[in-house]
Amino acid sequence: MSKIPNAFKNGKAFIGFLTAGDPTCEKTVEYILAMEEAGCDLIEIGIPFSDPMAEGVVIQDANVRALKHNTTTDDVFDIVRQVRAKTDVPLVFLTYINPVFFYGYEKFFKRCAELGVDGIISPDLPYEEKGEIADIARKNGVDVISLIAPTSKERIQKIAGDATGFIYVVSSLGVTGMRSEIKTDLNAILKDIRDVTDLPLAVGFGINTPQQASEIGKIADGVIVGSAIVKIIEEHGQNAKDALKEYVSAMKKAANE
Amino acid sequence: MNNGRYGEYGGQYISETLMNELLYLEEQYHHYMNDPEFVEELNTLLREYAGRPSLLYYAKRMTEDLGGAKIYLKREDLNHTGAHKINNVLGQVLLAKKMGKTRVIAETGAGQHGVATATAAALLDMECEVFMGEVDTERQALNVYRMELLGAKVHSVKSGTKTLKDAVNDAFRDWIARVHDTNYVIGSTMGPHPFPMIVRDFQAVISKEARQQFLDKEGKLPTAVIACVGGGSNAMGAFYNFIDDEEVRLIGCEAGGKGVDTPYNAAALTNGKIGIFHGMKSIFNQGDYGQIAPVYSVSAGLDYPGVGPEHAYLRDIGRAEYVPINDEEAVDAFEYLSRMEGIIPAIESAHAVAHAMKIAPEMDKDDIIMICLSGRGDKDVRSIAQYRGVDLNE
Repeated sequence: MSKIPNAFKNGKAFIGFLTAGDPTCEKTVEYILAMEEAGCDLIEIGIPFSDPMAEGVVIQDANVRALKHNTTTDDVFDIVRQVRAKTDVPLVFLTYINPVFFYGYEKFFKRCAELGVDGIISPDLPYEEKGEIADIARKNGVDVISLIAPTSKERIQKIAGDATGFIYVVSSLGVTGMRSEIKTDLNAILKDIRDVTDLPLAVGFGINTPQQASEIGKIADGVIVGSAIVKIIEEHGQNAKDALKEYVSAMKKAANE
Repeated sequence: MNNGRYGEYGGQYISETLMNELLYLEEQYHHYMNDPEFVEELNTLLREYAGRPSLLYYAKRMTEDLGGAKIYLKREDLNHTGAHKINNVLGQVLLAKKMGKTRVIAETGAGQHGVATATAAALLDMECEVFMGEVDTERQALNVYRMELLGAKVHSVKSGTKTLKDAVNDAFRDWIARVHDTNYVIGSTMGPHPFPMIVRDFQAVISKEARQQFLDKEGKLPTAVIACVGGGSNAMGAFYNFIDDEEVRLIGCEAGGKGVDTPYNAAALTNGKIGIFHGMKSIFNQGDYGQIAPVYSVSAGLDYPGVGPEHAYLRDIGRAEYVPINDEEAVDAFEYLSRMEGIIPAIESAHAVAHAMKIAPEMDKDDIIMICLSGRGDKDVRSIAQYRGVDLNE
């Protein structure tokens, strides 16, 4: 059973992303636990990929760092195993589809079920191609998280109608990365989605300051932050734990103000 | 072809942000291809500006020297900008303009597609930015300057392997931020649907002309059509109108680099596995766990870790065959054609010439080979000199 609904039971959810294996697999385990302790309601674990097409420079660099010491899909599963020994925090993989395809869909989702991975977000698997994994993921109790973008328009109907877990609302055009302001009319998009589904709606892409978290918290059910967290790990390397905890708790607090 | 599928290959594995734009592009493409005015405008550009139809040239000395099949060169190198790339960009840039876009972007490996896009953008008064791997900007510096001369902005891509695949990544990253005013003019039969179809259709003029030219000159179709394959656009264009002529062998030549049994090659169909990348399900060079592998070729234009989905399909159904040609063979062919026919081929096209040199002597004198001479080799002179250890001091 997916634990994703738990993430939205404690006020506005704060969802944090990090890239597995950056700077090391041991540190990823430590950082996930630290983020959870600081109030992170759901953690997205990025499976490193050679060509992260939807990422901005910050997360691209994290992928490079993780792959420099050959972080593999099996290593990422091992990170999950170690995390799961300590906590039930909802965990979702963020991965390009090729590493999953290569691993084998059956084998991949069976491992997810065994280890307690609750969902998967794949930036290169739009609604039209969701059939690649939908049945196998469902069979294994893993939610396939749908993304909705500012350009989705009338597609919202079918995407949201078919969604599970939560909906990842992409705040702006472009790749991931910190932005000083979000110009999209999120209210309108969120309303369109709410007309179709009761699933929690979390907004990501570009969010990095407590003020932005607070603004998003007022209109959505969750705030997703990736690049800003990865940047902290980039800057602090092996010693990012305290800075991460401080940042996550400030953002969780801001999202609920 | 349904929904951009070629057997199990193809598809639209791309960010949700781009999906509506891809659907719109497909709809607009069909709309304009059924609009006689658009078709006439494009055909006029191909004729008056690009210089089509391209010649089908009988390579007499080469034929006599090899002593087997009769060899013809489909002279795409004589097109304006010196390669087949112009066929596709005139179509795509004109389409972008009709769609109300003001800006086009492109990826480029050897620089030929970038130059062609910059050219069409200049002609049609569109803003143009080209993404090119840093490694390629160095080995093809002349083409960088050429694009700038044409008014395009060239981005040197420093991520990943700093070659063609990384240029594609950055072009998609740019496009996803500017879908409202920009069309991505993709350079090969790759990417998410509808790109492999659009590029193939615009390049199919090669085989459409060639088929008729053979009927006029020889009264029959060629025994074999040979073309080099990176992403596969000139090959798809050269094959397409022969696909239903089952007696015509279709042969694609991949970059064998330093050998397909070494890590230094770009022969996806020889060494690759099925995967999903750059918006399509196809065959890719990849390492353990599905990481896209670094690839290598003496030719910047074939230096791509995958192949267009329709080629993967044609191989699977046995309609086309694909062979690796290594650097040394390609460079030999580059020099051979230069001396034998006074035609300096692009190092990419030299891969096709090399294969013709291998099979022509074994074939009958009644047999005919068409080599798609996809581009001219001026851009490669420096790197081939370097390959041969010749120091060209400027």
